[in-house]
Amino acid sequence: MAIEVLEVNSDAVEVRGLVKRFGGRGRRLPWGKVRPAKLALDNVSLQVATGTITGILGANGSGKSTLIRILATLLTPDGGTASVFGDDVVRDAAAVRRHINRVSVEASFFKEMSPWENILYAARLYGSGGDGTRQRVETILERLGLPLDTLDKPMKQLSRGQQQKVAIARSFLTSPSLLLMDEPTTGLDPRSKREVQDLVSSIRRDRAATVLLCTHDLQEAEVLCDRVIVIDRGRVLAQGTPAELIQRHAGIDGGTLEDAFMQLTGKRLAEDEEEKEE
Amino acid sequence: MIATSLRFESNAFWGFVERQKNLYRRYWVWEAVFLLYNLVSVLSIGYLASGLSSIGLGQSAASLQQAQLYLLVGALLWTYLSMVFFEIAFAISWERWEGTIEYTFMAPIRRVTHLLGICAASLMYGIARAAIIGFSLIFLFRLDLSHANYLAALAIFAAATVALLGVGIFTSILPLLSPEKGDQLAYAVQGVLLLISGVYYPITVLPLPLHLAGILSPLTYTLAGVRDALLHGQSLAGSLPEIGILLLMGAVLVPAALWCFSRAEIRAKRLGLLKRSG
Repeated sequence: MAIEVLEVNSDAVEVRGLVKRFGGRGRRLPWGKVRPAKLALDNVSLQVATGTITGILGANGSGKSTLIRILATLLTPDGGTASVFGDDVVRDAAAVRRHINRVSVEASFFKEMSPWENILYAARLYGSGGDGTRQRVETILERLGLPLDTLDKPMKQLSRGQQQKVAIARSFLTSPSLLLMDEPTTGLDPRSKREVQDLVSSIRRDRAATVLLCTHDLQEAEVLCDRVIVIDRGRVLAQGTPAELIQRHAGIDGGTLEDAFMQLTGKRLAEDEEEKEE
Repeated sequence: MIATSLRFESNAFWGFVERQKNLYRRYWVWEAVFLLYNLVSVLSIGYLASGLSSIGLGQSAASLQQAQLYLLVGALLWTYLSMVFFEIAFAISWERWEGTIEYTFMAPIRRVTHLLGICAASLMYGIARAAIIGFSLIFLFRLDLSHANYLAALAIFAAATVALLGVGIFTSILPLLSPEKGDQLAYAVQGVLLLISGVYYPITVLPLPLHLAGILSPLTYTLAGVRDALLHGQSLAGSLPEIGILLLMGAVLVPAALWCFSRAEIRAKRLGLLKRSG
């Protein structure tokens, strides 16, 4: 019982001093190229409370996806630590994988296989796939507004929005405790976008899972997220509730999260330019 | 606990077999084309042997038939072995191409389950395809297999399978480590195996370095053993040395390949190689 209480009270995600570089390999052979290192995450620290939706806001290349990949055990950090429900993503990767699933910006599927075949494959990797799986998939897809006659067509015949809904259904089927959503609504038409957002809202309402939502859609973050972390060039610039960030950083009365974001990342740009001049 | 874990892993193992089955079914046109290509390749080797007498190289009808059988057994086995090798070695490339690789590597399953699931599907499919080609050869060339010892041939074939899996898993490391050049390197390995393993000639005709390399190839013992069993009726007892060598090679190669794959996976995660599609 004590353990359960600890789990409920503990952070779903805890990241301390996370560093990740890419490239930077020296010249191994006389004719080899020298590749300068790119710092993708620069001493990132953050916490995500259990049962909340936390938005990671940042422009392209800010380090959002790198952070998600580290939490998904697909990348190992060069420094610092990251844990999911107390399990370290490097040392206890197998335990972390049991807690998580991910929806990425590109709906990744075997394109010739049908949504049902793709979902069934994923279900088997997560210990299900037996009787009742088809029924559960149909229920989730109906909720997402996907016509059920698409379930047995090849994925390549589905629209981008429909594919993304199947990706979400795939992640839901495994009942993850932590859902990592990497720009799930990017490229969707307004209706599909709204349906996906409604589904994410329902997760918050039901407290069904902790969600880490990477997005550069500021309006989406403002509506959906309990907390928002602004990240730029691998550094955390600010974190708090959307209202707190607007109050602290928007700089104008009646400002929005977009104003706060622009102020934060704009300041950062100015700071960088000053550093360069020095 | 162990029973639950075994059930979980066997469910995932079946998931990989089922996925491959669905892929073969969905890509049936391609598979039919590849089968036709394999059949035509083997037939051309058979007719090459038939044509030897026309160009004045055959000494007698009996020796020509022996040469034809020798070449056809080599061609058929190579078709099977290279197909299984290809399926295992390119499993990673295929997932990279489809964009599903991160999802498979993020799943809470053991890597050995992943790799052996792919291997099992490849073996079953390879045997089915080789059987179709084999029956076509018997029908078209009226092959005399009256002296064949099928039991010994099957035993060698089964023993060779384990070693072949090891070589296949070793080669699948290449696309994991090099998204850009891994496939080409895997083709190169396949070509080297064809050269050194005595597919169409005894390895004694090779220059010493290649001959020595041939002695280390499990395919050499497979081809020699199956040929002896089918052409000369070698008994099961007489085939035991080849079976023993193949099992020993398998016992070393499979764990070594799995260990190397795990090291390669760690490196791929450190360098961020799972994401890139080459």
